[in-house]
Amino acid sequence: MANKSVWSDNRFWRRSATWVTGFASVLLIWLTFDTSAQIAMGNDQDLKDGVVKRVPGPTVINYKISYEMSSKRGHEVPVIGGNDGEGNSLFQEKEKFFGRDDWSEEEAGKLLHLGKLASQAKNCMDCHTLLGNGAYYAPDLTKAWLDPAWGPDGAMQALTGKETKEEAMAEFLQHPDQFATHARMMPDLGITKEEAIGLVAFLKHMSSIDTNGFPRNFGRMQGAVNGK
Amino acid sequence: MANNHLTSESKQLATWYFTFAAILFGAQLLFGLVAAIQYVMPGFLYGILDFSIARILHINALVVWMVFAMFGAVYWLLPDETGIETIGIKIGKLLFWIFAAAIVVVVLVYLFIQVGPADETTIWFITEGREYIEAPRWADWGIVVVALGFVANLFLTGIKGRQTGIVTVLMADMIAFAGLYLAGMFFTDNISIDQYWWWWVIHLWVEATWEVYVGAIAAYGLITMIGAHRKVVEMWLWIEVAMLFGSGILGLGHHYFWIGTPEYWWEIGALFSALEPLPLVAMFIHVLYDWGKTQGAEMANEHTDEDNVKSVINNKPAFTWFVLNAFGNFLGAGIWGFFHTLPQVNLYTHGTQFTSAHGHLAFFGAYATILIGMMYIAVQGTNGIKVMKHTKASIWAVSMITGGVVGMTVALTIAGYVQVLVSRAQMGATWAAYFDGQSGLWFTQAMDWRLVMGVVTFTGFIFLAKDLLTTGKNPVHER
Repeated sequence: MANKSVWSDNRFWRRSATWVTGFASVLLIWLTFDTSAQIAMGNDQDLKDGVVKRVPGPTVINYKISYEMSSKRGHEVPVIGGNDGEGNSLFQEKEKFFGRDDWSEEEAGKLLHLGKLASQAKNCMDCHTLLGNGAYYAPDLTKAWLDPAWGPDGAMQALTGKETKEEAMAEFLQHPDQFATHARMMPDLGITKEEAIGLVAFLKHMSSIDTNGFPRNFGRMQGAVNGK
Repeated sequence: MANNHLTSESKQLATWYFTFAAILFGAQLLFGLVAAIQYVMPGFLYGILDFSIARILHINALVVWMVFAMFGAVYWLLPDETGIETIGIKIGKLLFWIFAAAIVVVVLVYLFIQVGPADETTIWFITEGREYIEAPRWADWGIVVVALGFVANLFLTGIKGRQTGIVTVLMADMIAFAGLYLAGMFFTDNISIDQYWWWWVIHLWVEATWEVYVGAIAAYGLITMIGAHRKVVEMWLWIEVAMLFGSGILGLGHHYFWIGTPEYWWEIGALFSALEPLPLVAMFIHVLYDWGKTQGAEMANEHTDEDNVKSVINNKPAFTWFVLNAFGNFLGAGIWGFFHTLPQVNLYTHGTQFTSAHGHLAFFGAYATILIGMMYIAVQGTNGIKVMKHTKASIWAVSMITGGVVGMTVALTIAGYVQVLVSRAQMGATWAAYFDGQSGLWFTQAMDWRLVMGVVTFTGFIFLAKDLLTTGKNPVHER
């Protein structure tokens, strides 16, 4: 350290550290503003006007949701209310949710609020993953609403004795310990009927979030048992 | 622990923090074992202490013992660095008891109440249900108050005393560390916004502020244990700060690939997080290299009496843990992180045991190692030991804890591969796909090995506790 090169000068490195940190922080804050605007929740009018939102409004529960390949983006995207054939949402086809497809913005918002609270109050994330984040002891819930297991051809409607996907899910959530689907069973978390309906609304809403194609090929591999 | 060799109140407070941290470390491992057993025997404690609760306790105890040990390490080094007694130490001691009592209450609520109804009272008093920061809102505010008190101690002492590079870095880093916690203290119905800010706490702690903290502690350790030149060490510390914050702050983007956030995070996250491994080993290696060329050679000569060359390291166990930190940080945080940081790979690995493998080796390599090292430095000071040597227990502790964690990491990596290939790539990520992967032979074997390695780790912890507690009476150390 005898020479006085700038490269071995503490002051130079201290200033560099300050500038680099400041620059990275400013860039992050700027990107946060942009991202926050892009992931702000939409509303009912957006859905009626056919405005695509990364996180649609709560009344998305009145619509049919699917997860299909977008020819423009090259991966699957949530398709709301019907597909134009290219993977773009038409926002037309409705789907009954607990017998209704006319949940108002306020009603749907209340359901989602209750469901999101329940997802935290019951520690869902400490067994499951939500948007891929959480624990790995139980299946990912990002697109659980679209899981074929709950659909007309799946086992869960028959197992719970219910005739629709949402009723089957709500029934399961209230008494998970009565439906042995795997040795690793979900415990009874004291979920009430209202909370269960809220949770199902939360799950349906989550399936409509644009997750940039995660998870890949969701539900496309039905019947591909043991690689055949 | 007997405190008769400590004249500084700050150092005494540090030993309280270290002691409580070590107890929580043990609790972390115990609840980890419960969760590991549940992977192998799903009926174990079902309905009593379910996986979710065991895991909350496992990861919360992890975060909290590290925060305790981090606070402790700062209280330990402050008098040495600043040359004065820590200012406001009485408040520091009071805050310790408040913090410890709050932790006990939170743990009891986790254990015995576990979940609540879907309303705000649960969020305020039982659990917030957000991984790593489940602590209820009242405890959040408690943590903010305690952290502010700690930062005030640090700042008042740093401003009045000698302000070294290490203290300056710690001051800037700890205020960011405390401030970032605020980003995780609100409720929103929008899960994308929820997770966006949640990562500000988790990522900007463990991949930015905590890493810089480790840099500062490593710098202190190198000066204390081998007498490295402060100028060289602090130059590398500043370079490290530039590299860590330069890569780590925007590396946050690698958590924003799939949570609803825009596509541009793919490029930003991939680029900056790929740079994150670079600084992790640099300082340690370069300081040792510079030191070895000049001082090390000289000191070794001075220490040589006719027949034998004596070591110039004044605390062998601590130094071992610091060396493990340099490599563990690089391997666990760097290599295991880079494995799955590119979006093309992460599309399939996100939310699998791969992440868990990385988490185990990274938290251990980057943080547990150096904090255990600091505990050894504290035990040395507390007992007035001039040269601290390895004992049988310290060697068993290092070998079993390191071997156990590496073993768990390998097992979880294999489990992750099975999950990625079977559940994700082959079967398409559904409920059925998930359980198909989980019941595969290679997956279940991996989980068996993880449990075995967990037991090895815990056994190592018992040796560690024994070694730390019996140091005062052990005649092997030079006093």
